[in-house]
Amino acid sequence: MKHLSEYRDAGLAKALLAKIARTVTRPWVIMEICGGQTHSIMRHGLDQLLPPEITLVHGPGCPVCVTPLETIDRALVIAERPEVIFTSFGDMLRVPGSRDDLFRVKSRGGDVRMVYSPLEAVKLARENPDREVVFLAVGFETTAPGNAMAVKAAQREGLTNFSEIVSHVLVPPAMDAILSSPTNRVQGFLAAGHVCAIMGWSDYERLADKYQVPIVPTGFEPVDILEGILKTVQLLENGDPSVVNTYLRAVAKDGNPNARKVTDEVYTVCDRKWRGIGTLPGSGWRLRDELAAFDAEQKFQVNEIVTEEPEVCIAGEILQGLKKPHDCPAFGTECTPMNPLGATMVSSEGACAAYHKYNRGDLT
Amino acid sequence: MCLAIPGKVVELYEENGLPMGLIDFAGTRNSACLSYTPEAELGQYVLVHAGFALQTLNEEEAAASLAELSRLSAFMEADAAADDPTDGS
Repeated sequence: MKHLSEYRDAGLAKALLAKIARTVTRPWVIMEICGGQTHSIMRHGLDQLLPPEITLVHGPGCPVCVTPLETIDRALVIAERPEVIFTSFGDMLRVPGSRDDLFRVKSRGGDVRMVYSPLEAVKLARENPDREVVFLAVGFETTAPGNAMAVKAAQREGLTNFSEIVSHVLVPPAMDAILSSPTNRVQGFLAAGHVCAIMGWSDYERLADKYQVPIVPTGFEPVDILEGILKTVQLLENGDPSVVNTYLRAVAKDGNPNARKVTDEVYTVCDRKWRGIGTLPGSGWRLRDELAAFDAEQKFQVNEIVTEEPEVCIAGEILQGLKKPHDCPAFGTECTPMNPLGATMVSSEGACAAYHKYNRGDLT
Repeated sequence: MCLAIPGKVVELYEENGLPMGLIDFAGTRNSACLSYTPEAELGQYVLVHAGFALQTLNEEEAAASLAELSRLSAFMEADAAADDPTDGS
Protein backbone atom coordinates (compact mmCIF):
# COMPACT_ATOMS: atom_id res chain seq x y z
CA MET A 1 0.00 0.00 0.00
CA LYS A 2 1.43 3.35 -1.02
CA HIS A 3 2.71 5.55 1.83
CA LEU A 4 2.78 2.49 4.09
CA SER A 5 4.69 -0.49 2.68
CA GLU A 6 7.73 1.63 1.72
CA TYR A 7 8.18 2.34 5.41
CA ARG A 8 8.27 -1.37 6.28
CA ASP A 9 11.28 -2.06 4.05
CA ALA A 10 13.81 -4.31 5.81
CA GLY A 11 16.78 -2.88 3.87
CA LEU A 12 16.01 0.69 4.93
CA ALA A 13 15.43 -0.44 8.51
CA LYS A 14 18.81 -2.22 8.57
CA ALA A 15 20.56 0.86 7.19
CA LEU A 16 18.97 3.06 9.84
CA LEU A 17 19.88 0.59 12.61
CA ALA A 18 23.49 0.55 11.39
CA LYS A 19 23.58 4.34 11.28
CA ILE A 20 22.12 4.57 14.80
CA ALA A 21 24.79 2.13 16.05
CA ARG A 22 27.49 4.28 14.40
CA THR A 23 26.10 7.49 15.90
CA VAL A 24 25.52 6.54 19.53
CA THR A 25 28.45 6.90 21.93
CA ARG A 26 26.77 6.79 25.33
CA PRO A 27 23.51 5.76 27.03
CA TRP A 28 20.35 7.68 26.21
CA VAL A 29 16.75 7.31 27.44
CA ILE A 30 14.19 8.16 24.78
CA MET A 31 10.42 8.16 25.26
CA GLU A 32 7.94 7.46 22.50
CA ILE A 33 4.78 9.28 23.47
CA CYS A 34 2.16 7.42 21.52
CA GLY A 35 0.77 3.99 22.35
CA GLY A 36 0.55 3.26 18.62
CA GLN A 37 4.30 3.76 18.38
CA THR A 38 4.87 1.53 21.45
CA HIS A 39 2.83 -1.18 19.76
CA SER A 40 4.77 -0.81 16.50
CA ILE A 41 8.13 -0.96 18.33
CA MET A 42 7.14 -4.21 20.06
CA ARG A 43 5.48 -5.74 17.01
CA HIS A 44 8.51 -5.21 14.80
CA GLY A 45 11.02 -6.00 17.56
CA LEU A 46 12.75 -2.64 17.21
CA ASP A 47 13.58 -2.52 20.93
CA GLN A 48 15.57 -5.73 20.49
CA LEU A 49 17.47 -4.49 17.43
CA LEU A 50 18.67 -1.16 18.82
CA PRO A 51 22.15 -0.80 20.32
CA PRO A 52 22.22 -1.39 24.10
CA GLU A 53 23.01 2.28 24.78
CA ILE A 54 19.46 3.24 23.80
CA THR A 55 16.64 2.65 26.26
CA LEU A 56 13.13 3.25 24.99
CA VAL A 57 10.55 4.09 27.64
CA HIS A 58 6.89 4.22 26.84
CA GLY A 59 4.79 7.32 27.28
CA PRO A 60 1.22 8.10 28.33
CA GLY A 61 -0.11 8.38 24.77
CA CYS A 62 -2.87 5.82 25.00
CA PRO A 63 -6.20 7.56 25.56
CA VAL A 64 -7.94 4.31 26.41
CA CYS A 65 -5.39 3.75 29.18
CA VAL A 66 -5.57 7.22 30.66
CA THR A 67 -9.35 7.74 30.57
CA PRO A 68 -10.18 7.97 34.29
CA LEU A 69 -12.22 5.29 35.99
CA GLU A 70 -14.93 7.77 36.91
CA THR A 71 -15.53 8.64 33.25
CA ILE A 72 -16.05 4.94 32.54
CA ASP A 73 -18.34 4.64 35.56
CA ARG A 74 -20.38 7.64 34.38
CA ALA A 75 -20.58 6.14 30.87
CA LEU A 76 -21.84 2.84 32.30
CA VAL A 77 -24.63 4.56 34.25
CA ILE A 78 -25.75 6.42 31.10
CA ALA A 79 -25.47 3.34 28.87
CA GLU A 80 -27.84 1.40 31.13
CA ARG A 81 -30.69 3.86 30.63
CA PRO A 82 -33.41 2.38 28.41
CA GLU A 83 -33.85 5.48 26.25
CA VAL A 84 -30.12 5.68 25.44
CA ILE A 85 -28.24 4.40 22.41
CA PHE A 86 -24.67 4.48 23.71
CA THR A 87 -21.97 4.78 21.05
CA SER A 88 -18.21 4.46 21.29
CA PHE A 89 -15.09 3.53 19.38
CA GLY A 90 -14.52 -0.21 19.75
CA ASP A 91 -11.48 -0.02 21.99
CA MET A 92 -13.42 1.62 24.83
CA LEU A 93 -16.03 -1.14 25.08
CA ARG A 94 -14.02 -3.57 27.17
CA VAL A 95 -12.33 -1.02 29.41
CA PRO A 96 -13.30 -1.91 32.96
CA GLY A 97 -14.88 0.66 35.21
CA SER A 98 -14.86 0.00 38.93
CA ARG A 99 -17.41 -2.84 38.63
CA ASP A 100 -18.43 -3.28 35.00
CA ASP A 101 -17.66 -2.57 31.36
CA LEU A 102 -19.73 -1.52 28.35
CA PHE A 103 -19.77 -5.03 26.86
CA ARG A 104 -21.38 -6.35 30.04
CA VAL A 105 -23.97 -3.57 29.92
CA LYS A 106 -24.69 -4.62 26.33
CA SER A 107 -24.98 -8.28 27.34
CA ARG A 108 -27.60 -7.27 29.91
CA GLY A 109 -29.66 -5.60 27.18
CA GLY A 110 -28.16 -2.13 27.04
CA ASP A 111 -28.14 -0.57 23.58
CA VAL A 112 -24.38 -0.14 23.19
CA ARG A 113 -23.06 0.26 19.66
CA MET A 114 -19.56 0.52 18.22
CA VAL A 115 -19.02 3.26 15.65
CA TYR A 116 -16.16 3.89 13.23
CA SER A 117 -16.78 7.64 13.02
CA PRO A 118 -18.53 10.03 15.43
CA LEU A 119 -20.67 11.08 12.46
CA GLU A 120 -22.29 7.62 12.64
CA ALA A 121 -23.53 8.56 16.12
CA VAL A 122 -25.03 11.77 14.69
CA LYS A 123 -26.72 9.66 11.99
CA LEU A 124 -28.21 7.42 14.70
CA ALA A 125 -29.57 10.51 16.45
CA ARG A 126 -31.12 11.70 13.18
CA GLU A 127 -32.73 8.30 12.53
CA ASN A 128 -33.93 7.74 16.11
CA PRO A 129 -35.57 11.00 17.23
CA ASP A 130 -37.30 9.25 20.15
CA ARG A 131 -34.01 7.97 21.59
CA GLU A 132 -31.05 9.73 23.23
CA VAL A 133 -27.77 9.06 21.42
CA VAL A 134 -24.63 9.47 23.53
CA PHE A 135 -21.09 9.32 22.13
CA LEU A 136 -18.07 8.64 24.34
CA ALA A 137 -15.61 11.25 23.05
CA VAL A 138 -12.15 10.19 24.19
CA GLY A 139 -8.79 10.62 22.54
CA PHE A 140 -5.92 13.00 22.01
CA GLU A 141 -5.66 16.00 19.67
CA THR A 142 -5.85 13.58 16.71
CA THR A 143 -9.37 12.43 17.53
CA ALA A 144 -10.89 15.63 18.91
CA PRO A 145 -11.51 17.40 15.55
CA GLY A 146 -13.83 14.60 14.36
CA ASN A 147 -15.65 14.53 17.67
CA ALA A 148 -15.97 18.33 17.53
CA MET A 149 -17.40 18.12 14.01
CA ALA A 150 -20.06 15.69 15.29
CA VAL A 151 -21.25 18.34 17.78
CA LYS A 152 -21.22 20.97 15.02
CA ALA A 153 -23.23 18.70 12.72
CA ALA A 154 -25.80 17.91 15.43
CA GLN A 155 -26.12 21.62 16.26
CA ARG A 156 -26.57 22.58 12.62
CA GLU A 157 -29.23 19.93 12.13
CA GLY A 158 -31.03 20.93 15.34
CA LEU A 159 -30.62 17.47 16.88
CA THR A 160 -31.40 17.78 20.58
CA ASN A 161 -31.04 14.02 21.21
CA PHE A 162 -27.27 13.90 20.63
CA SER A 163 -24.68 14.43 23.35
CA GLU A 164 -21.09 13.54 24.18
CA ILE A 165 -19.18 12.45 27.26
CA VAL A 166 -16.05 14.47 26.57
CA SER A 167 -12.79 13.20 28.05
CA HIS A 168 -10.18 14.52 25.65
CA VAL A 169 -6.54 14.72 26.72
CA LEU A 170 -3.65 16.81 25.44
CA VAL A 171 -0.06 15.71 24.88
CA PRO A 172 2.13 18.76 25.70
CA PRO A 173 0.92 19.14 29.33
CA ALA A 174 1.67 15.45 29.92
CA MET A 175 5.19 15.89 28.51
CA ASP A 176 5.58 18.95 30.72
CA ALA A 177 4.56 16.89 33.77
CA ILE A 178 7.04 14.13 32.90
CA LEU A 179 9.90 16.56 32.31
CA SER A 180 9.24 18.61 35.44
CA SER A 181 9.26 15.57 37.72
CA PRO A 182 12.40 15.39 39.91
CA THR A 183 12.63 11.69 39.06
CA ASN A 184 12.43 12.20 35.30
CA ARG A 185 14.91 10.16 33.26
CA VAL A 186 13.67 10.96 29.73
CA GLN A 187 16.34 12.77 27.67
CA GLY A 188 14.60 12.94 24.28
CA PHE A 189 11.14 12.38 22.82
CA LEU A 190 9.60 10.86 19.74
CA ALA A 191 6.52 13.08 19.47
CA ALA A 192 3.26 11.48 18.29
CA GLY A 193 3.06 12.03 14.53
CA HIS A 194 -0.70 12.12 14.16
CA VAL A 195 -1.17 14.52 17.06
CA CYS A 196 1.32 16.76 15.24
CA ALA A 197 -0.59 16.29 11.95
CA ILE A 198 -3.37 18.30 13.64
CA MET A 199 -1.50 20.53 16.09
CA GLY A 200 1.78 21.09 14.27
CA TRP A 201 4.90 21.28 16.42
CA SER A 202 5.23 24.88 17.65
CA ASP A 203 4.19 23.84 21.18
CA TYR A 204 7.13 21.48 21.34
CA GLU A 205 9.66 24.24 20.68
CA ARG A 206 8.65 25.80 24.00
CA LEU A 207 9.07 22.46 25.81
CA ALA A 208 12.38 21.67 24.08
CA ASP A 209 13.71 25.08 25.06
CA LYS A 210 12.39 24.99 28.64
CA TYR A 211 13.77 21.52 29.45
CA GLN A 212 16.65 21.41 26.92
CA VAL A 213 15.47 18.13 25.35
CA PRO A 214 15.25 17.25 21.66
CA ILE A 215 11.75 16.42 20.40
CA VAL A 216 11.22 14.65 17.10
CA PRO A 217 7.74 14.30 15.54
CA THR A 218 7.77 10.72 14.25
CA GLY A 219 5.56 8.41 12.20
CA PHE A 220 4.35 4.92 13.01
CA GLU A 221 5.93 2.43 10.62
CA PRO A 222 9.23 0.74 11.58
CA VAL A 223 11.32 2.86 9.18
CA ASP A 224 9.57 6.01 10.44
CA ILE A 225 10.32 5.09 14.06
CA LEU A 226 13.97 4.26 13.37
CA GLU A 227 14.34 7.55 11.48
CA GLY A 228 12.90 9.35 14.51
CA ILE A 229 15.27 7.51 16.86
CA LEU A 230 18.27 8.28 14.63
CA LYS A 231 17.41 11.99 14.55
CA THR A 232 16.86 12.05 18.33
CA VAL A 233 20.22 10.33 18.94
CA GLN A 234 21.99 12.75 16.57
CA LEU A 235 20.49 15.71 18.42
CA LEU A 236 21.36 14.21 21.83
CA GLU A 237 24.93 13.42 20.79
CA ASN A 238 25.33 16.99 19.50
CA GLY A 239 23.78 18.54 22.62
CA ASP A 240 21.15 20.15 20.43
CA PRO A 241 17.72 20.49 22.11
CA SER A 242 15.85 21.22 18.90
CA VAL A 243 12.53 20.11 17.45
CA VAL A 244 13.09 18.35 14.13
CA ASN A 245 10.20 16.84 12.22
CA THR A 246 10.91 13.48 10.57
CA TYR A 247 7.28 12.71 9.58
CA LEU A 248 7.41 15.12 6.68
CA ARG A 249 4.76 13.51 4.49
CA ALA A 250 2.06 14.02 7.13
CA VAL A 251 3.13 16.84 9.43
CA ALA A 252 3.35 20.53 8.61
CA LYS A 253 4.68 23.00 11.17
CA ASP A 254 1.26 24.56 11.70
CA GLY A 255 -0.57 21.20 11.58
CA ASN A 256 -4.09 21.40 10.23
CA PRO A 257 -5.52 24.88 10.91
CA ASN A 258 -9.01 23.91 9.67
CA ALA A 259 -9.22 21.12 12.23
CA ARG A 260 -7.82 23.26 15.03
CA LYS A 261 -10.34 26.04 14.34
CA VAL A 262 -13.40 23.79 14.60
CA THR A 263 -12.00 21.99 17.64
CA ASP A 264 -11.46 25.36 19.34
CA GLU A 265 -15.03 26.44 18.54
CA VAL A 266 -16.43 23.34 20.27
CA TYR A 267 -13.99 22.51 23.07
CA THR A 268 -12.06 24.55 25.61
CA VAL A 269 -9.01 23.65 27.71
CA CYS A 270 -9.66 22.26 31.21
CA ASP A 271 -7.84 20.40 33.96
CA ARG A 272 -8.11 16.67 33.35
CA LYS A 273 -7.63 13.61 35.51
CA TRP A 274 -5.45 10.92 33.89
CA ARG A 275 -5.89 7.33 34.99
CA GLY A 276 -2.72 6.22 36.74
CA ILE A 277 -1.23 9.72 36.90
CA GLY A 278 -3.76 12.07 38.50
CA THR A 279 -5.02 15.52 37.58
CA LEU A 280 -2.81 17.57 35.28
CA PRO A 281 -3.63 21.28 34.90
CA GLY A 282 -4.75 22.38 31.43
CA SER A 283 -4.36 18.87 30.07
CA GLY A 284 -7.78 18.26 28.54
CA TRP A 285 -10.58 19.62 26.44
CA ARG A 286 -14.22 19.90 27.52
CA LEU A 287 -17.29 21.25 25.74
CA ARG A 288 -17.59 25.03 25.74
CA ASP A 289 -20.24 26.36 28.14
CA GLU A 290 -22.46 27.57 25.28
CA LEU A 291 -22.62 23.98 24.01
CA ALA A 292 -23.67 22.52 27.39
CA ALA A 293 -26.81 21.09 25.74
CA PHE A 294 -24.49 18.53 24.11
CA ASP A 295 -22.82 17.56 27.39
CA ALA A 296 -24.06 14.07 28.33
CA GLU A 297 -22.65 14.28 31.86
CA GLN A 298 -24.82 17.33 32.55
CA LYS A 299 -27.81 16.02 30.63
CA PHE A 300 -27.91 12.77 32.60
CA GLN A 301 -26.63 14.31 35.84
CA VAL A 302 -23.77 11.92 36.46
CA ASN A 303 -21.23 14.54 37.53
CA GLU A 304 -21.59 13.51 41.16
CA ILE A 305 -20.09 10.07 40.40
CA VAL A 306 -16.49 10.25 41.58
CA THR A 307 -14.24 7.20 41.59
CA GLU A 308 -10.80 7.09 43.17
CA GLU A 309 -8.09 5.01 41.54
CA PRO A 310 -7.13 1.91 43.52
CA GLU A 311 -3.42 1.73 44.33
CA VAL A 312 -3.01 -1.70 42.82
CA CYS A 313 -0.36 -1.26 40.18
CA ILE A 314 2.55 0.85 38.97
CA ALA A 315 0.83 2.13 35.81
CA GLY A 316 1.44 5.76 36.79
CA GLU A 317 5.19 5.21 36.99
CA ILE A 318 5.17 3.30 33.69
CA LEU A 319 3.21 6.08 31.97
CA GLN A 320 5.83 8.56 33.14
CA GLY A 321 8.73 6.42 31.92
CA LEU A 322 9.99 5.73 35.44
CA LYS A 323 9.44 1.97 35.33
CA LYS A 324 8.98 -0.80 32.78
CA PRO A 325 6.05 -3.24 32.80
CA HIS A 326 8.14 -6.18 34.02
CA ASP A 327 9.18 -4.16 37.08
CA CYS A 328 5.68 -4.87 38.42
CA PRO A 329 5.24 -8.06 40.47
CA ALA A 330 1.65 -8.41 39.24
CA PHE A 331 2.65 -8.30 35.55
CA GLY A 332 1.54 -11.46 33.74
CA THR A 333 0.36 -13.09 36.96
CA GLU A 334 -2.42 -11.20 38.75
CA CYS A 335 -2.57 -8.65 35.94
CA THR A 336 -3.19 -9.83 32.37
CA PRO A 337 -5.05 -8.42 29.34
CA MET A 338 -8.04 -10.59 30.29
CA ASN A 339 -7.95 -9.33 33.86
CA PRO A 340 -6.24 -5.94 33.83
CA LEU A 341 -5.48 -4.32 37.18
CA GLY A 342 -4.51 -0.97 35.74
CA ALA A 343 -4.37 1.53 32.96
CA THR A 344 -1.46 0.21 30.91
CA MET A 345 -2.83 -3.35 30.67
CA VAL A 346 -6.32 -2.16 29.76
CA SER A 347 -5.84 -1.23 26.12
CA SER A 348 -3.98 -3.20 23.45
CA GLU A 349 -1.91 -0.02 22.96
CA GLY A 350 -0.90 0.15 26.61
CA ALA A 351 2.74 -0.60 27.40
CA CYS A 352 1.91 -3.56 29.69
CA ALA A 353 -0.47 -5.08 27.14
CA ALA A 354 2.16 -4.68 24.39
CA TYR A 355 4.87 -6.29 26.59
CA HIS A 356 2.47 -9.13 27.40
CA LYS A 357 1.44 -9.72 23.78
CA TYR A 358 4.99 -9.67 22.43
CA ASN A 359 6.49 -11.54 25.38
CA ARG A 360 8.85 -8.84 26.63
CA GLY A 361 8.41 -9.51 30.30
CA ASP A 362 10.60 -12.59 30.84
CA LEU A 363 7.34 -14.50 31.16
CA THR A 364 7.93 -18.04 32.25
CA MET B 1 -5.97 4.98 19.18
CA CYS B 2 -4.20 7.67 17.17
CA LEU B 3 -3.51 5.32 14.29
CA ALA B 4 -4.31 6.81 10.91
CA ILE B 5 -4.18 4.98 7.60
CA PRO B 6 -3.24 6.42 4.21
CA GLY B 7 -5.79 5.92 1.44
CA LYS B 8 -6.54 7.21 -2.03
CA VAL B 9 -9.54 9.47 -2.69
CA VAL B 10 -11.59 7.72 -5.39
CA GLU B 11 -14.89 9.60 -5.11
CA LEU B 12 -15.98 12.99 -3.80
CA TYR B 13 -19.53 13.65 -2.60
CA GLU B 14 -21.54 15.57 -0.03
CA GLU B 15 -23.58 14.12 2.82
CA ASN B 16 -25.73 16.16 5.20
CA GLY B 17 -23.85 19.29 4.26
CA LEU B 18 -20.38 17.82 4.83
CA PRO B 19 -17.76 17.13 2.13
CA MET B 20 -17.05 13.41 2.03
CA GLY B 21 -14.77 11.08 0.11
CA LEU B 22 -14.78 7.41 -0.71
CA ILE B 23 -11.28 6.28 0.22
CA ASP B 24 -9.51 3.22 -1.15
CA PHE B 25 -7.22 1.51 1.37
CA ALA B 26 -5.42 -1.00 -0.88
CA GLY B 27 -8.70 -2.45 -2.08
CA THR B 28 -10.87 -1.89 0.99
CA ARG B 29 -13.08 1.14 0.57
CA ASN B 30 -14.65 3.27 3.25
CA SER B 31 -15.98 6.78 3.52
CA ALA B 32 -14.24 9.65 5.29
CA CYS B 33 -15.22 13.22 6.04
CA LEU B 34 -13.03 15.68 4.12
CA SER B 35 -14.05 18.84 6.03
CA TYR B 36 -10.52 19.30 7.32
CA THR B 37 -8.81 18.60 4.00
CA PRO B 38 -10.83 20.70 1.52
CA GLU B 39 -7.81 20.64 -0.80
CA ALA B 40 -8.06 16.85 -1.29
CA GLU B 41 -8.68 15.92 -4.91
CA LEU B 42 -9.48 12.68 -6.68
CA GLY B 43 -6.39 10.47 -6.83
CA GLN B 44 -4.68 12.15 -3.87
CA TYR B 45 -3.76 10.29 -0.70
CA VAL B 46 -5.19 11.35 2.64
CA LEU B 47 -4.43 10.15 6.16
CA VAL B 48 -7.67 8.87 7.71
CA HIS B 49 -8.40 8.53 11.42
CA ALA B 50 -11.81 7.64 12.91
CA GLY B 51 -13.73 8.62 9.80
CA PHE B 52 -11.95 11.92 9.18
CA ALA B 53 -9.09 12.84 6.86
CA LEU B 54 -6.43 14.52 9.04
CA GLN B 55 -4.09 15.61 6.26
CA THR B 56 -3.48 15.31 2.56
CA LEU B 57 -0.19 13.46 2.24
CA ASN B 58 2.65 15.52 0.86
CA GLU B 59 3.94 13.56 -2.16
CA GLU B 60 7.01 15.75 -2.64
CA GLU B 61 8.14 15.34 0.95
CA ALA B 62 7.46 11.59 0.82
CA ALA B 63 9.56 11.20 -2.35
CA ALA B 64 12.38 13.33 -0.94
CA SER B 65 12.43 11.37 2.36
CA LEU B 66 12.51 8.02 0.58
CA ALA B 67 15.27 9.19 -1.75
CA GLU B 68 17.33 10.28 1.25
CA LEU B 69 16.72 6.95 3.00
CA SER B 70 17.78 5.08 -0.15
CA ARG B 71 21.01 7.08 -0.28
CA LEU B 72 21.66 6.27 3.38
CA SER B 73 20.97 2.60 2.68
CA ALA B 74 23.39 2.52 -0.28
CA PHE B 75 26.03 4.33 1.77
CA MET B 76 25.71 1.99 4.77
CA GLU B 77 25.93 -1.07 2.49
CA ALA B 78 29.06 0.26 0.78
CA ASP B 79 30.52 1.16 4.16
CA ALA B 80 29.80 -2.29 5.59
CA ALA B 81 31.36 -3.95 2.52
CA ALA B 82 34.49 -1.79 2.90
CA ASP B 83 34.74 -2.76 6.60
CA ASP B 84 34.21 -6.46 6.01
CA PRO B 85 37.57 -8.30 5.77
CA THR B 86 35.88 -11.40 4.33
CA ASP B 87 34.64 -9.37 1.40
CA GLY B 88 36.82 -10.12 -1.64
CA SER B 89 36.64 -6.66 -3.15
